[in-house]
Amino acid sequence: MTDTWLILGASSAVARAFAREAASHGAALLLAGRDMEDLERQAADLSIRYEVPAVPMRFEARDLASHAGFVAECRSRAADGLLNVFLAFGIMPEQTEADADPQIAAAMVEANFTGAASILGALGPVLEAQRGGSVVALGSVAGDRGRKRNFLYGATKAALLTYLQGYAARLSGAGVRVLCIKAGPVDTAMTWALPKLPFMATPRAFAAAAWARTRSGSGSAYLPRIWWPVMSIIRLLPTPIFNRLDI
Amino acid sequence: MPDTLAGQAATRSTGWKATNLQGWGRSSTSPCLAARPERLRELHAALRTPDGRSLIAHGAGRSYGDAALNSGGAAVLTGRLDRILSFDPATGELVAEPGVTFADLLEVFLPRGFVPPVSPGTAFVTLGGAAANDVHGKNHHIAGSIGDHIAWFDLLLADGRTRRVTPEGEPELFRATLGGIGLTGIIAAVCLRMAPVPSNALRVRRRRVADLGEFLAGFEAASGATWSVGWIDALAAGRSLGRGILETAEPNPEGIRESAVKSKRFPIEAPGWLLNSLSVRAFNEMYWRRVPAGGQEAVVPYRQFLYPLDAIEGWNRMYGRQGFRQFQCVLPFGPGEAALRRLLETVAAGGVASFLAVLKVMGRQGRGMLSFGMPGYSLALDIPARSGAEALFARLEGITRDAGGRIYLAKDSLLSAEGFAAMYPESAAFRALRSRLDPQRRFDSDMARRLGL
Repeated sequence: MTDTWLILGASSAVARAFAREAASHGAALLLAGRDMEDLERQAADLSIRYEVPAVPMRFEARDLASHAGFVAECRSRAADGLLNVFLAFGIMPEQTEADADPQIAAAMVEANFTGAASILGALGPVLEAQRGGSVVALGSVAGDRGRKRNFLYGATKAALLTYLQGYAARLSGAGVRVLCIKAGPVDTAMTWALPKLPFMATPRAFAAAAWARTRSGSGSAYLPRIWWPVMSIIRLLPTPIFNRLDI
Repeated sequence: MPDTLAGQAATRSTGWKATNLQGWGRSSTSPCLAARPERLRELHAALRTPDGRSLIAHGAGRSYGDAALNSGGAAVLTGRLDRILSFDPATGELVAEPGVTFADLLEVFLPRGFVPPVSPGTAFVTLGGAAANDVHGKNHHIAGSIGDHIAWFDLLLADGRTRRVTPEGEPELFRATLGGIGLTGIIAAVCLRMAPVPSNALRVRRRRVADLGEFLAGFEAASGATWSVGWIDALAAGRSLGRGILETAEPNPEGIRESAVKSKRFPIEAPGWLLNSLSVRAFNEMYWRRVPAGGQEAVVPYRQFLYPLDAIEGWNRMYGRQGFRQFQCVLPFGPGEAALRRLLETVAAGGVASFLAVLKVMGRQGRGMLSFGMPGYSLALDIPARSGAEALFARLEGITRDAGGRIYLAKDSLLSAEGFAAMYPESAAFRALRSRLDPQRRFDSDMARRLGL
């Protein structure tokens, strides 16, 4: 029996690293995203490096009407074992861009939250029926407390976390694990042009830690772990002090 | 879908960041704007540099000097373009993106009985960098340089078009790009013919060599060996001039278990005084004595033989903050022998602490216009970047030039423009091709400006 990992938003550096991690453990891959040329390259790479099946699939998070059909296609393309889901899509425009252009703000909410809720909702019955498997979704430390710099992005990730908590409760009876990773900054295209960020993880180290964490139960986890104490303090800061910080 | 999303992703992911890049020798730092594409589309987007700055591809940063630096310009880091695109076990033909490293290839293909046919002294280099420097390894006398095993590459040109360049179809562009240190464009994919091997192990023979004469005779006798390399104690002078260890290796029919060696990291930026002639002399003496007088033979993992320094991550920090210069030349057989002796005498007399120098016999002229490889003796050594290093280098350059040899651009940071023109007979042809191909000098580097390319 070969398990399958469906990677949603598979072209991102974190998703790529996670796909390699899963493939190195013998899983088949469904690589879902928009850049088909890139996904075909990734599928070739995974199938050559790890000798596992890897299939590129077109997926558009904001095209909610397509999600039911997409899930049906996933079912037909998955290997004979359990289907697992790694949800990695999301965008992070600057807060100032989102403030200035409601279209950008709406696009971020639609991609990061609405699209995620929709595709997870469509996958729910499949996961319940197979009675097992894992769902791992990329949240963010930005969702812990709204900061000046990127609170709209943070809000989408906080909403995703709340959604996942309920999703986990619903699927727990079926033995499906649901994990929200509260990700700190990872050294990817998303963070490349930003000023230096603290505790930056490489995609590879991040993916290895995320993979290790999928073996344990539902809930949420900070990655890298240093973010647990850091965010514990940030959450506890009294509002007047927090508001004065330029973070 | 409205295009705001794609547009957003594009601006962010092709973002330019102000950074300082260094060559592996760490002797020069180059401020530039750098992009790090993760997909082919982003690589294309990176051609549009801010303010029309010039651009150079930068792979693993293992060129020692300024070949992949572009001060005040832009650099595109190719390391994230690391997908293997196809592999045919019947022919050994591999197609991969430019950021795939030799370490990647060994990890994937050594268990399946294939290795890169030619491999430089570190596995951390990228395929793109290997092609752009036409690198060679310890089997050059048999296998030639990497370019002898490249069937084609895809080249992203200044005008944004991509061309598939084969040696037959576009001989000029192929010869200019191979070893062309990134000045013709960005290599977007490489097709390399991998070589079959019977196992993951090599049978290595090591023996002490008393002096240079014995060394050259030893290489002559070992000309049929698959791999051969000499380690010279560059501080030994007088009767011991050129003493060292000669290593030869052959594929071993049986494999051995390779314990997962976790590489050690060179722990600190070493203080400048650590490497003085006393400490290096002691190290070199120990290294020489390590091999018993009667020689030794061992079956070792492929990687351990080919990449001895890869076990220590960041070994270049050993030379301290100022870094070091590497000198590598090849000297033609015949007149080269006397020149080799003069080079070693000059280094020993300079008293500059140099670790082991590497001596190697090279077999054939490389296919690129600026390829380093040619028949003769190659000598490589590190020179700590302190006062006197540049003067010493100039003396070594003079000796090399007078003997009809040449200096390896992948290692170089000090060669003069006149020296370069004298050493590389096709440099004028290269320059002409470059001005035709890229009249605005969209691709440029510190090295190109230094060498008057």
